Amino acid sequence: MSQNADKILDHFTLFREPEYKEMLENKKKNFEQPVAEIEVAKVREWLKTPEYREKNFAREALTINPAKACQPLGAVFAAVGFESTLPFVHGSQGCVAYYRSHFSRHFKEPTSCVSSSMTEDAAVFGGLNNMIDGLANAYSLYKPKMIAVSSTCMAEVIGDDLNAFIKNAKEKQSVPMDFDVPFAHTPAFVGSHVTGYDNVMKGILAHFWDGKAGTVPKLERQPNGKINFIGGFDGYTVGNLREIKRIFDLMGVEYTIVGDNSDVWDTPTDGEFRMYDGGTTLEDAANSLHAKATISMQEYCTEKTLPFIALHGQETVALNHPIGIAGTDKFLMEVARLSGKEIPDALTKERGRLVDAIADSNAHIHGKKFAIYGDPDLCLGLAAFLLELGAEPTTVLATNGGKDWAVKVQALFDSSPFGKNCHVYAGKDLWHMRSLLFTDKVDFLIGNTYGKFLERDTGVPLIRIGFPIFDRHHHHRYPLWGYQGGMNVLVKILDKIFDDIDQNTQETAKTDYSFDIIR
Amino acid sequence: MSLNTVADETDIKARNQQIITDVLQAYPEKFGKRREKHLGTFEEGKPDCGVKSNIKSIPGVMTIRGCAYAGSKGVVWGPIKDMIHISHGPVGCGQYSWAARRNYYIGTTGVDSFVTMQFTSDFQEKDIVFGGDKKLAKIMDEIQELFPLNKGITVQSECPIGLIGDDIEAVSKAKSKEYGGKTIVPVRCEGFRGVSQSLGHHLANDTIRDFVFNKLDGKDNGFVGTPYDVAIIGDYNIGGDAWSSRILLEEMGLRVISQWSGDGTIAELEATPKAKLNVLHCYRSMNYISRHMEEKYGIPWVEYNFFGPSKIEESLRAIAGHFDDKIKEGAERVIAKYKALTQAVIDKYKPRLAGKKVMLFVGGLRPRHVIGAYEDLGMEVVGTGYEFGHNDDYQRTTHYIKDGTLIYDDVTGFEFEKFVEKVQPDLVGSGIKEKYVFQKMGVPFRQMHSWDYSGPYHGYDGFAIFARDMDMAINSPVWALTKTPWKKAK
Repeated sequence: MSQNADKILDHFTLFREPEYKEMLENKKKNFEQPVAEIEVAKVREWLKTPEYREKNFAREALTINPAKACQPLGAVFAAVGFESTLPFVHGSQGCVAYYRSHFSRHFKEPTSCVSSSMTEDAAVFGGLNNMIDGLANAYSLYKPKMIAVSSTCMAEVIGDDLNAFIKNAKEKQSVPMDFDVPFAHTPAFVGSHVTGYDNVMKGILAHFWDGKAGTVPKLERQPNGKINFIGGFDGYTVGNLREIKRIFDLMGVEYTIVGDNSDVWDTPTDGEFRMYDGGTTLEDAANSLHAKATISMQEYCTEKTLPFIALHGQETVALNHPIGIAGTDKFLMEVARLSGKEIPDALTKERGRLVDAIADSNAHIHGKKFAIYGDPDLCLGLAAFLLELGAEPTTVLATNGGKDWAVKVQALFDSSPFGKNCHVYAGKDLWHMRSLLFTDKVDFLIGNTYGKFLERDTGVPLIRIGFPIFDRHHHHRYPLWGYQGGMNVLVKILDKIFDDIDQNTQETAKTDYSFDIIR
Repeated sequence: MSLNTVADETDIKARNQQIITDVLQAYPEKFGKRREKHLGTFEEGKPDCGVKSNIKSIPGVMTIRGCAYAGSKGVVWGPIKDMIHISHGPVGCGQYSWAARRNYYIGTTGVDSFVTMQFTSDFQEKDIVFGGDKKLAKIMDEIQELFPLNKGITVQSECPIGLIGDDIEAVSKAKSKEYGGKTIVPVRCEGFRGVSQSLGHHLANDTIRDFVFNKLDGKDNGFVGTPYDVAIIGDYNIGGDAWSSRILLEEMGLRVISQWSGDGTIAELEATPKAKLNVLHCYRSMNYISRHMEEKYGIPWVEYNFFGPSKIEESLRAIAGHFDDKIKEGAERVIAKYKALTQAVIDKYKPRLAGKKVMLFVGGLRPRHVIGAYEDLGMEVVGTGYEFGHNDDYQRTTHYIKDGTLIYDDVTGFEFEKFVEKVQPDLVGSGIKEKYVFQKMGVPFRQMHSWDYSGPYHGYDGFAIFARDMDMAINSPVWALTKTPWKKAK
């Protein structure tokens, strides 16, 4: 018996005690009919080979460990960025349990969202009654200012018409006639979570701008000098949006963050649970029509939203999750151009500080090879920053990246001598990445929490940047955007590089001559 | 007067009635009436908890429940480590459930074990329009090619499968034949079926009967039994729970021939009909297959509870009661062996926890099973409810709870928040979706699905961790910091 009240052993160590080791060995030997160890070792090695990689890349039907989620997740993300807005997902209820868990595991915050809880009868007769009852209940219990409706694959397969259903529910007095219920169809079998974000963002703007589903006259655009900013689906939304607001304030720009998730996923522990906090006010959402221009920080999260905005007469600018000097320069210059404001000295100084930090540290990054995976825009932002640091983004992979994205990444590679031996993989998954890490050696991997399985299997150290991050806390509070954000990314990368050097130079009397205290 | 200071049971019952009346008023009338049936106060001597259960959730209320897919893939089948479980349909379901339940296992992931991987058919629009059967067949071929050491495949249906008329049974049968009788199990656990995870458990149990057991009929798998063979049923090895349970059964002289399904293998599933006794932890999710084995193979089953020393002791004796004196003596030996440990744990933590009140809302067996462990530490459970329990769960709960316990079935986010606000417990035990709601309110919280990434909580070794975790939740200095010194409390 190893457990002890004075020093309680957790699962980390308890099962390494002799009595458990023996038990587990016997379980395996006597009852599991295990594959012979030699056979396991053989297959394990085969999985590392170019031959396996070829088979792996020949896959046509099976997806293994994808780096993407489904549309409704992005739908919920977009919806909670608006003031006192309750996301309402029309379809099976298990989906909503999954989205809420997923976000809570990442942000360590509550995520409020309801389902219309459709079951077999709704599958046969349609989910109209679920919409009617669901809206009435959600409205009565949670007192939202707006309910944003999206759909699961179930509702989409049976063809439920959200617009008609909402109208019907209003006629049945589920919610007042003039209560805001924007909607977007978000089938899980099209695109990914970034598509869902896009559809809901467009749906909400269309609701306010284009006459609330035919119930009021369309708004007439009366241009002002404001700038709209859309962040996109972003695991760092808390830190990033606060940084963006700081930058806009420093520049004296009048702006609207359209979809502001920074407060709802960062509420205080002070004795009160805030189901809603912050967010773009509904008034601002409506008035964002009048803005001079809209900047999207993530092009692939706004592929439908930006053209929709452009059709309403605004100039639109699409960026690709800018990280680092050139990306931030471009962002600031666009803001300056559109707003007519100058970039203040304070930001110029911040830029200089980031350049200073890069100059101080670049010797440790220069020439290092990285594999990156994540959402299409994040990959572009990270790859551009690595090139700027003199590193090589050897492998860039997005499961939800398409052909046009791949062309864009290739163009980025072509723009730098450090991009010469780099490759882009659109639509591939993390099992492809596993093969690549064995055959196209890199020094570091950048990705989300699931990357830890790759780190374990291939030995390539993981730098956690992406969504979701479940196994490290509070990263979402720190921005990646702006020069300050670039600094955070730089430090994250450097910390891992130094940790790796230390780990490889600490064997006493063997390698520890290089175990330096100054690096 | 703070409501949590009410003294006697009459007051408590009156208070509970008031709280329930208050929350029901917030609903539209029709739905207040429907929710009323799920809320109540336990009356000593009644055969159940006086609430209705296993009924459809009402739309729009923030139910905590999941779906049939979660019950089959996430709970029953997913932990079987040497098989590959395909999340069949769009990408999301498999993504959100990927490695999220901490079903521990030993194995070389990607080579001979696959639990923490996400295999999906990633349905696209064309699969919905033209059907996914051909794709499924191809997926099975690709699995065979890329993962040659897999011991079987299951198809975990997501919502669209049942709606577009795919015939996953035919595909599975054909591929099983093509691959020399390989175990390939189609599961019709589409998320819209039933009212919660619960139907998924049942459907998954049925597929073990149909595609694992029935395949064995008349075949000798070479298994050599002993009089002391038992199978652990309904332990998912979350944080190693099944291991800290197994060790006790083995120490008392039993031979555990199978674990369902945490750290389990297809070989263990196949061996189970040879057991002399099935010991069942999670009744809710695996009573079906236990009853089937009783009827078909004559294997008796016994429910047990390995949370906290009082219940462990009771359970070890109940299990031993099915065997001869050798095992009975073994049980006493095990009980004696761990006495010093449990006493030391209680001596250390009971003074810090005695009198603390707990509210629970969990799935499966835990809304009742963990009560004894809290009581061993001098704590009191004042409210409990099941996410997806049935009436037989609420009947069993009566053996655990006190007169006046607040009962809430399929509680909604709204109700739970109000209940906790009014009852003011010292600790809430529920899931990830609830955790931060209550912590924001300043109420200590432990996740009682995932053990808040700690565990194991089963067995004597687990009890020590449980006690420490409850102490660190309740007695954390952080709860004294939630109010500013410069603002008076409301």
